[in-house]
Amino acid sequence: METILGIDLPTWWFLVLGAVLSGYAILDGFDLGAGALHLFFKKEESRRIALNAIGPVWDGNEVWLVIGGGALFAGFPVVYATIFSALYELFMVFLVMLIFRAISIEFRSKESMIWWRKLWDICYCTSSVLLALSLGLVLGNVIQGLAIDQNYTYMGTLLDLVNPYSLLISVTTLALFMMHGAIYLVMKTENRLYAKLTILVKNTTIFFVLMFSLTSVATLLYIPHMVARYKEVPYMFAFPVLAILAVANITRQISRRKYFFAFLSSAFVTAMLMILVAVGLYPNIILSTIDPTLHITVYNGSSTEKTLKIMLTFAAIGVPLVGIYTSFVFWTFRGKVKLDETSY
Amino acid sequence: MNTEILSRIQFAFTIAFHYIYPPLSIGLGVVLVIMEGMYLHTGKLIYEQMVRFWIKIFALIFGIGVATGIVMEFEFGTNWAVYSRYVGDVFGSALAAEGIFAFALESGFLGILLFGWNRVSPRVHFFSTIMVALGSMFSAIWIVVANSWQQTPAGFKIEGEGMKARAVITDFWKMVFNPSSMDRLSHVIIGSFLAGSFLVLSVNAYYILRKRDLEIAQAGFKIALLVATVASLLQLFTGHRSADGVAHNQPAKLAAFEGHYDSLAIADMYLLGWTDAKNQKVTGFKIPAGLTFLLHQDFKTPVKGLNAFPKENRPSARAVNFVFQTYHLMVAIGMTLIGLTLLASFLWWRGKLFQQKWLLQIFAWSVLLPQIGNQVGWYSAEVGRQPWVVYGLLRTSDALSQSLKAEQVWFSLIMFTLVYALLFVLFLYLLNKKIKHGPVDFHVEEIPDNSRRDNPILN
Repeated sequence: METILGIDLPTWWFLVLGAVLSGYAILDGFDLGAGALHLFFKKEESRRIALNAIGPVWDGNEVWLVIGGGALFAGFPVVYATIFSALYELFMVFLVMLIFRAISIEFRSKESMIWWRKLWDICYCTSSVLLALSLGLVLGNVIQGLAIDQNYTYMGTLLDLVNPYSLLISVTTLALFMMHGAIYLVMKTENRLYAKLTILVKNTTIFFVLMFSLTSVATLLYIPHMVARYKEVPYMFAFPVLAILAVANITRQISRRKYFFAFLSSAFVTAMLMILVAVGLYPNIILSTIDPTLHITVYNGSSTEKTLKIMLTFAAIGVPLVGIYTSFVFWTFRGKVKLDETSY
Repeated sequence: MNTEILSRIQFAFTIAFHYIYPPLSIGLGVVLVIMEGMYLHTGKLIYEQMVRFWIKIFALIFGIGVATGIVMEFEFGTNWAVYSRYVGDVFGSALAAEGIFAFALESGFLGILLFGWNRVSPRVHFFSTIMVALGSMFSAIWIVVANSWQQTPAGFKIEGEGMKARAVITDFWKMVFNPSSMDRLSHVIIGSFLAGSFLVLSVNAYYILRKRDLEIAQAGFKIALLVATVASLLQLFTGHRSADGVAHNQPAKLAAFEGHYDSLAIADMYLLGWTDAKNQKVTGFKIPAGLTFLLHQDFKTPVKGLNAFPKENRPSARAVNFVFQTYHLMVAIGMTLIGLTLLASFLWWRGKLFQQKWLLQIFAWSVLLPQIGNQVGWYSAEVGRQPWVVYGLLRTSDALSQSLKAEQVWFSLIMFTLVYALLFVLFLYLLNKKIKHGPVDFHVEEIPDNSRRDNPILN
């Protein structure tokens, strides 16, 4: 099998996919989190500032989901087909919530009636919360595995997907995004809204640390296959240690009021959590709970080497380009939010 | 109804709804580049107001296009899992390329287009407009390439058997430049230019009829007319190329377009008609031997008819009539658009463009024509391919997700129907509102105190 730098191509694509999905979690994470906090702001002006803080970038953030979906389809078509058909209702609700969220952001500012704006505020907040929760549910089920047979057909029901562990991951994801979003907003605001957000940052961080600890304990107790890899390869322990240090650093930076560093830290935590899952799963992507020989791995679930090579070329050209103009957009809209005639 | 037909209805409904928006974005993107180019070149206020106004409309259209587009990307996996596994190695790479090369470009720069007026220089803003326009066209390239591969597969081989069978890339560029991709791509892009430019024509015709914002409306109308005239003429050419390609690559589909059954017969071309599957003939107005002439440039060569194909490998009788009607409607609309734009261009040349009230009234409604044309064109392309999802390789009935149950699709189909209905009503309401509000934010005579203009809270 062909390798680059000693790593085979399916594994490379696993790494690329992981990077793209982590990028998505970090970027859309803060704007979903900002959305989940939206109803905590009571004044119209505060809500407008909070909305405009993500205004120019949320659409670009969502692009990472589109790239992730494409990357999964192209590189691991078996995984793409299996997971989307197995988690049918979940993804349908997810898609409809994406639509609701997009139109809430777009439509809210188009009328000035109080009921109109209130309606879209509620819609925006609810859809953000549900999106975060459903992403967590997907992750929770990927960690546990799915009842798939030899034809990659899902044999379980919807109720199997909504189990205590996946609900726990779901709420943890929401907590992570809320903290991440609060830290983002505190960087973009001033005066009274800023003061309010400093409190929200503290509360959401406590919420996250609590959920993070619960999830860690539950995983150690109930999901032995996620722990196996760390037992096999002890130096992999660096990842959970780094994750815990990064969580500690968030609280440290918050108490020093260095919110930019707190934001970097929470982005790092998000990436670390993705890596923890990836390390635990590899080389499997979808575990079959029916029979371990039916696991979908990076090898039996991937496209051909030729396609992977093409895709890696695309990624080598495309990802830096996306990085450049994403940075350009973030740089253009740096600093505190000022409302003007182009705002939402 | 079974899972297959429900899934087909859901896919058809969500893609048809989605397809209202991307062509508008692509066409409007080009018009925006010209408008902003004019603004940079002349520095005139009317062009600035024009560009700002149309960017707001663009944002509304783009927003719904994105929201409904993500649905499409996931729906392959949710409802068509077997298809996704079968084509992933080939089709997936085109879809991923769309995300990373096209969509990212478009969405990234859209933020600057909308919110960057006071933050970047006019040149950087113009650059962003060009990037957004290019991004939307790149999207079309990859999506049409992927779809064309389903119509005329190339550059691949089949590996494995049964549920594990899949198409595998052997030659990437052969896949990209498969026999139909360039013809169909040009046809789709030009169709999008028509959609965008006719929206601008419609709105400006409305302003001119109402005698409001005349200077901006007339200048905008002319820019859009230029794009529309060139596009409608080009569409004749790309349309012919596409039909020619269908004749070579998918003869069963072409035969369905004209309801042509008998392979030994010279093929007629119908202007209007109704297919009769039982007697295998068409009743209607025709140009005798028209299709034969278009394809072979003579009046005697027979054209392969539907009977040349086993029943299970060609569109059903109902599908044939559907394809016949949609195809002919598309052609009729294309011809009407050419007539309209040529007439308007002639009047422009004579200096009488804005004096014909009846013509402006037609233009005010004309936005519907390319929209309908684009829709029915796709219906004939996709239904004409049936019963195949990948032509000659994979049947639509075999492509379905095996775990899917009818009630699951009922659930999602009802949900999408309700949400899209709401979305469409809101879209029309807000579009109408923006149009009524017009391109000028504050008419000078309306504001005694000029400082209000800069007050963000009022906006």
